[in-house]
Amino acid sequence: MVGEHSARVHEEPVSFWRRYIFSTDHKVIGIQYYLTAMAMALVGGTLAMLIRLQLGWPEAKWPLLAKIFPRGMSGGVMNPDFYLALITMHGTLMIFFVISLGLVSGFGNYLLPLHIGARDMAFPFLNMLSYWTVVPACVIILASFFVEGGAAASGWTAYPPLSAVEQAVPGSGLGQTLWLLGMALFIASFTMGGLNFVTTILNERTRGMSMMRLPLFIWTLLIASILGLLAFPPLTAAAILLLFDRHGGTSFFLPSGLYFGERVLPHSGGSPLLWQHLFWFLGHPEVYVLILPALGIALDLLPPFTRKPIFGYRLTVYSLFAIGVLSMIVWGHHMFVSGMNPYVGEFFAIGTLAITIPSAIIGFNLIASLWGARLQLRTPALFALGAIAFFGTGGLGGIFLGNATSDIQLHDTYFVVGHFHFMIGGVTLLALFGGTYYWFPKMFGRMMSERLGKLHFWLTFLSFYAVFLTQHFLGLGGMPRRYYAFSKFEFLAPIRDMNAFISIAAFVLGAAQLIFLVNFFWSLFRGARAEQNPWRATTLEWVAPTPPPHGNWGETVPEVHRWPYDYSVPGAPEDFTPQTVPPTVVTVTQ
Amino acid sequence: MAEGRERFGRTLEGFFFAFALFTIALVGIGFGMRRWLPPLASEHGAGIDRMIRYLILTVGVLFVIGHVALGYFIWRFSRQDRVTYRLASPRAEKLWSLLPGIVMALVAEGGVLLIGLPIWQKYYLHPAPPDAVLVEVTAEQFAWNIRYPGKDGRLGRTDPRLIRYDNPLGIDAEDPASQDDVVQLGVMYVPVGRPVHVRLRSKDTLHSFFLPHFRVKQDAVPGMTIDLWFTPTQTGEFEIACAELCGFGHFQMRGVLRVLPPEEFQRWLAAQPTFSGQ
Ligand code: HEM
Ligand SMILES: [Cu+2]
Ligand SMILES: [Cu+2]
Repeated sequence: MVGEHSARVHEEPVSFWRRYIFSTDHKVIGIQYYLTAMAMALVGGTLAMLIRLQLGWPEAKWPLLAKIFPRGMSGGVMNPDFYLALITMHGTLMIFFVISLGLVSGFGNYLLPLHIGARDMAFPFLNMLSYWTVVPACVIILASFFVEGGAAASGWTAYPPLSAVEQAVPGSGLGQTLWLLGMALFIASFTMGGLNFVTTILNERTRGMSMMRLPLFIWTLLIASILGLLAFPPLTAAAILLLFDRHGGTSFFLPSGLYFGERVLPHSGGSPLLWQHLFWFLGHPEVYVLILPALGIALDLLPPFTRKPIFGYRLTVYSLFAIGVLSMIVWGHHMFVSGMNPYVGEFFAIGTLAITIPSAIIGFNLIASLWGARLQLRTPALFALGAIAFFGTGGLGGIFLGNATSDIQLHDTYFVVGHFHFMIGGVTLLALFGGTYYWFPKMFGRMMSERLGKLHFWLTFLSFYAVFLTQHFLGLGGMPRRYYAFSKFEFLAPIRDMNAFISIAAFVLGAAQLIFLVNFFWSLFRGARAEQNPWRATTLEWVAPTPPPHGNWGETVPEVHRWPYDYSVPGAPEDFTPQTVPPTVVTVTQ
Repeated sequence: MAEGRERFGRTLEGFFFAFALFTIALVGIGFGMRRWLPPLASEHGAGIDRMIRYLILTVGVLFVIGHVALGYFIWRFSRQDRVTYRLASPRAEKLWSLLPGIVMALVAEGGVLLIGLPIWQKYYLHPAPPDAVLVEVTAEQFAWNIRYPGKDGRLGRTDPRLIRYDNPLGIDAEDPASQDDVVQLGVMYVPVGRPVHVRLRSKDTLHSFFLPHFRVKQDAVPGMTIDLWFTPTQTGEFEIACAELCGFGHFQMRGVLRVLPPEEFQRWLAAQPTFSGQ
C-alpha cells in the first residue's frame, strides 16, 4: 500500500460548494471541525461564566440577564433548574463538542495526512460524512435549550433515574431526549472519524515512514482512535436503552418501586448502576481519547523550540500503549461509593493507580526534553510548557481520587472538579491553543501575533491555576459539586466565600479567550505572511507548499528517511534536518 | 547587539516563567499546610484522614518538585545559545524512566496497598458489629427519612404502594415488626461511642448520604438497600449533605445528625411516638 496512492489523481474541485462546504479534502474538513468547535466553545464558555456568576454571588440579582433568559433567570435570579441545565450542557459541549471536535477531529484531520505524507485520508467521503453527521448533532444539542422544560439537567453523566424519569427534573423532558439523540449522532460521527484515522495511519504512510518514525501526535491519535472505537459502542447501546426506558416503557435502568409525583412508576427489574458501568466504560477511555492527542501535541511542539529531540521517544510510545490498555479497565474508579461491590473497588483502585506509572514516565520525559535545550519561548512553546505543568497537577490530583479510601471523602466534591479541569479542560485547551499558534501559518499562510499570543497565554495559565487549584482545597473541605448555592450548610461557611475569588479569576480566564479570538481573526486577514517553514521544523507538513493544495504534495509525495526529531544533528548544515533529507546528506541519528 | 537584546529578552521571559511556577509551588505549600478537612467525629475517619494526610504530604512534595524543576529548567535553558545535550542512549532513557516509575509505584500504588486498602477493608468488608444501633435512612427528593426499629430490633416491611402523606415510607401496618418503628424526618439521633449501622435506601433518584465530619459517603440507590456503619466519637450537632445530583433541590437537601450521650439517646428514643401511634 505504501506509496501506491501517489498515483491517484487529485483534481481540485472547482465549485464553491464542493470546495468549501461539502469538501472531501481533509484540510477543509479539519478547518470545518475546528471552526465548529470554536463556535461551540463560545456557547460552552458563556455557560461557564453564568455558572460562576451564580456560585460567586448566589444571592445577587441580575435584572439585565432576566431579559436574556426570561425563563431561566426570571426576576434576575437564576433558578436551580436552569443552573443544572447550565452545568450539564457546559460539560457536554466542552468534552464532546469542543475538545473532541477541535483537538481530535480538527487537528487530527488537518494534520494526519500531512504528517504521514499522504494525499488525503483513506476514506475521504466517509470523512465528509462524519463532519456532516456532527453538524446536526450540534444543532440538536443547542436546540434543546429552547424546548419545553429546557435543556438536559442530569449532568454530563446523565445518570438515571434523573435522566430517565420525566418527573424527576424539568430538563428530563424533551431536553434529555434531544441530548441523547445529539450524543448518538456525535458518536456515529466520531466512530467514522476513528475508523478513518486508524486506517489512514496504518495504510497510507508514505515510503520510509515506518511506525517508529511517526511524530508522537500521530501515535497518540492512533491509540486514541482505537480507544474510541472500543469504548463508544457501549455508550451508544446505553443511550438507546435509556431512550427505550424513557419512551418505550422498558426498565433497563429503572428498578421497581420508584415513587415520583405521588405515584409508583410501573417499572421493575432494572438497575441504575448498569448505566453507570456502561457510561464510565466509555467515559474513562474518552477522557484519554482527549488527553492523549493533547499530550501528543505538547510533545511535538517542544522540539522545534528546544532545538533538540524529545527525551525518550520509545518509552513514551510504550507508555502511551500502557495507558491505552489500562484505561479500558479502570472505569470503576468513578463508582467507588456508588453501591458497587467494595471488593471490585479494590481492583479498580489498584488498576487506576497503575496508570500513574506510565503517566509519570510521560510527564518525566516532557520535562527531561528541556535538558540541554536552546529553549525559545515563542507562543506555541509557552503553551506546550504550560500543558506540562497542568498535566502534572491534574495527574497528582488523580492519585487522591484513584485511592479508593481517600475518594470516600473526595468523591463528588470540588476536588474532582479541580482535577478534571486541569486534565480535560487544561492540558487539552493549552494543546489546542498551542497547536493553533503553531500550525496557523500552515493552515492560513499567515502568522498570529506573538504579543497577543503571549498575553493570552499568561492570563490563561495564571487564572486557570487560581480557579482550579483552589477548587482542590474546597473539595478537601467537603464542598459538594453540582450545588446551586452553598448557603444551606454550616460546615461550608468557613470556605464558601472563596467562590467569589474563584469567579473573578474565572472571568479573567474567560476574557483572556477573547484575546485569542481577536488574534485569530485579525491574523487571518492582517497577520504577517508566513514563510513555508517559519519554525524551522522537521516534520513533513512543513515540506508541503503553504497552504497545501488539494492532494497536498504536488507531483510527487515526499519520501521519509529519518525520525521527526532530528534537530541539531552534529555536522548538519542547519540545526534542523527535515524528515525528507536522505542519510547521504545528513547522518540519521535515531 | 540585537542578538544580545534578544537573549536578554529570552532570559527575562524564562525567569518570569520560573517565577510563576515557583510562586504556584509556594501557594500550593501554603494552602496544603492549612487544615481543610472538617473536624473529625468518627472512628474509621481517622484512617481516612491518615490516608489523605499521607497523600497531601507525598503528593505535595511531588507537586513542589515538579513545578520547581520545570521552572528551573525553563529558566536555565532559555538562557542557552546552543544545544548542550542532544540525545540520550536507549539505555539511559530506560534507566531514567525507572525514576518516575518507582516514585509512582511507591507513592501512589504503595499508598493504596499499604495504607488505603486496609482501611477500606476495615470499613467496608466487615459487617456492622452486633451491638450497633440500627438506623434506616431513606432518601427522597429532597429530604432524609430516618427510621429506628424500636424495641423488637426489627424494621417493619415497607411497600412504595402504601406511601401516603402520613406514611412517607410506605410502612406496612399489618407487619407486627412495624408497630414499634420510630420514624423521623430530617434529623437523625445516634449515641456516641457505639457503632451505627445505617441501612440506606432511596425512594426516587440517586442520592448520596454524606456526613462530612464522619468521612462517610455512600450513594443511595433506588432498588437497593446498602449497609454501612460508622462509630461517632464526638457528641454534638452535625450536618447530613447530599452528594449525588438528585434534582433542583439537591443543594438544600440538608439533614441533621445529633450525636448524644448513650443514656440521653435512649431517653430520647423512648419518648418518640411509634408507628402504631403510641
Ligand atoms: C494520573 C492519572 C489519573 C488518575 C489516577 C485519575 C483518577 C480519577 C478518578 C479516581 C476519578 C473519579 C473521582 C470521583 O468521581 O470521585 C477521576 C475523575 C475524572 N477524571 Fe481523572 N484521573 C487521571 C487522569 C485523568 C485524565 C488524563 C483525564 C482527562 C483528560 C481525566 C479526566 C477526568 C474526568 C473528566 C473526571 C470526572 C468525571 C465526572 O465525575 O464528571 N483524568 N479521575
Ligand atoms: Cu476515569
Ligand atoms: Cu442530592
